[in-house]
Amino acid sequence: MSAALELFAREARLAWGRGGGPLVSVGFYAGVATLLPLATGPEPARLAAVAPGMAWIGLALAALLSLDRLFERDYEDGALDLITLSPMPLELTCAIKCLGQWVATGAPLALAAPIAAIALGAPLALAPLIFASALVGGLAFAFTGGIGAALSLGARRGGLLTAVIVLPLFVPPVIFGGGALDAFASGLPWRSGFTLLSAYAAAAVALGPVAMAAACRNALS
Amino acid sequence: MIPAPAFLANPERFMAFSRWAAPMFGAIALLLAAAGLWLGFAAPEDYQQGATVKIMFIHVPAAWMSMFVYVCMGVASFLALVFRHALADAAAQAAAPLGAAFTALALITGSLWGRPMWGAWWVWDARLTSVLVLFLFYLAYMALRASLDDETKAARAGAILALVGLVNLPVVHWSVTWWNTLHQGASVFRKGGSTLAPVFLTPLLLMGLAYMAAFGALWLVRIRGEVWRKRAEAAALRAARA
Repeated sequence: MSAALELFAREARLAWGRGGGPLVSVGFYAGVATLLPLATGPEPARLAAVAPGMAWIGLALAALLSLDRLFERDYEDGALDLITLSPMPLELTCAIKCLGQWVATGAPLALAAPIAAIALGAPLALAPLIFASALVGGLAFAFTGGIGAALSLGARRGGLLTAVIVLPLFVPPVIFGGGALDAFASGLPWRSGFTLLSAYAAAAVALGPVAMAAACRNALS
Repeated sequence: MIPAPAFLANPERFMAFSRWAAPMFGAIALLLAAAGLWLGFAAPEDYQQGATVKIMFIHVPAAWMSMFVYVCMGVASFLALVFRHALADAAAQAAAPLGAAFTALALITGSLWGRPMWGAWWVWDARLTSVLVLFLFYLAYMALRASLDDETKAARAGAILALVGLVNLPVVHWSVTWWNTLHQGASVFRKGGSTLAPVFLTPLLLMGLAYMAAFGALWLVRIRGEVWRKRAEAAALRAARA
């Protein structure tokens, strides 16, 4: 247990401290949010209509950006080999790595998402739901994204490859999360979308580490 | 293990079987396609869709195949991952471009049909989006295999991705049915029998069988090519050592 905690602390510290951590993700997120009014035109009605959707696009892209730090660095400097030697199952290691990633980048983004959406004109009442769904969605992004990051270990042009692998896996959370926000904004029942998003995140947390561990073993073999 | 793959798992037996099976499937595909197209173009025009109904005979079987080929790829990947069988891996790799081609055909013909019928080349409807995501899965699989240099690593990584896609695909399919949908529902394989008139149904089923036979022929040819490539590589290695 203490080994797991130790690993979690290491992952969170690395993700938080090195390579920018949450500040870079939040800065990237703010950048995407700034580009939107410049690209579509600043009419408030139009911006308010797309604000919840843009919150989700930004989350998905920011999650994508931080993925290449997840396994690649440890793979290159040999730390992944050492971690694999420990008695802890590799599946658990992968899950802890993703969890650390989520705490360091997903959770801060969940705080930034409602702010960006409100700045674009989304109603204030939407803020709690945006926060909650971004928190859960970040978990789904971290665990499905980890699969892509682990699979593209040792590949040429790994970053681009990760994006190609991961984007189809990001489709359901974007649909469920964006759908829940849309339904809430227009006064329709939104619970089913949020529940499905949570279910997808739970399935990703349960099944993702198995695929990640298989991919890591393959890359290290 | 499933009997047919078990029988074909022996490369020698596979090569002996596919040697005559591939051209036979090809000939069957040609005959069925000729009959299906003949009947299809002889079919009367639909009272609503006019002549564009004939696109259906190309479009609908391609959409069926896009799913069927992915299932074939997933099963082959599973066998390759669990039994570490080289032929199963060659089968998975060979199926991917064929599946991508069928999916692209379904998307393109659907788009050509959608312009006169729906008034738009593309709508973000449930069916269209999930087929597009399926196309992206095929592309991701091929990109992953192409960018890993080590062949055994590429094979195993590809198999893992194909299985992840197999799990995720139904989720994508259901998640998009959330959106209100423009694409018509199933009319051939549904409870209570087909709603299609026999004059349309017969050529459609013929074309479906023709696509299936064509896939069988092309798949076998591609797997044979992979086996020959491996043999050539082994021969070149032997020659270099000697």
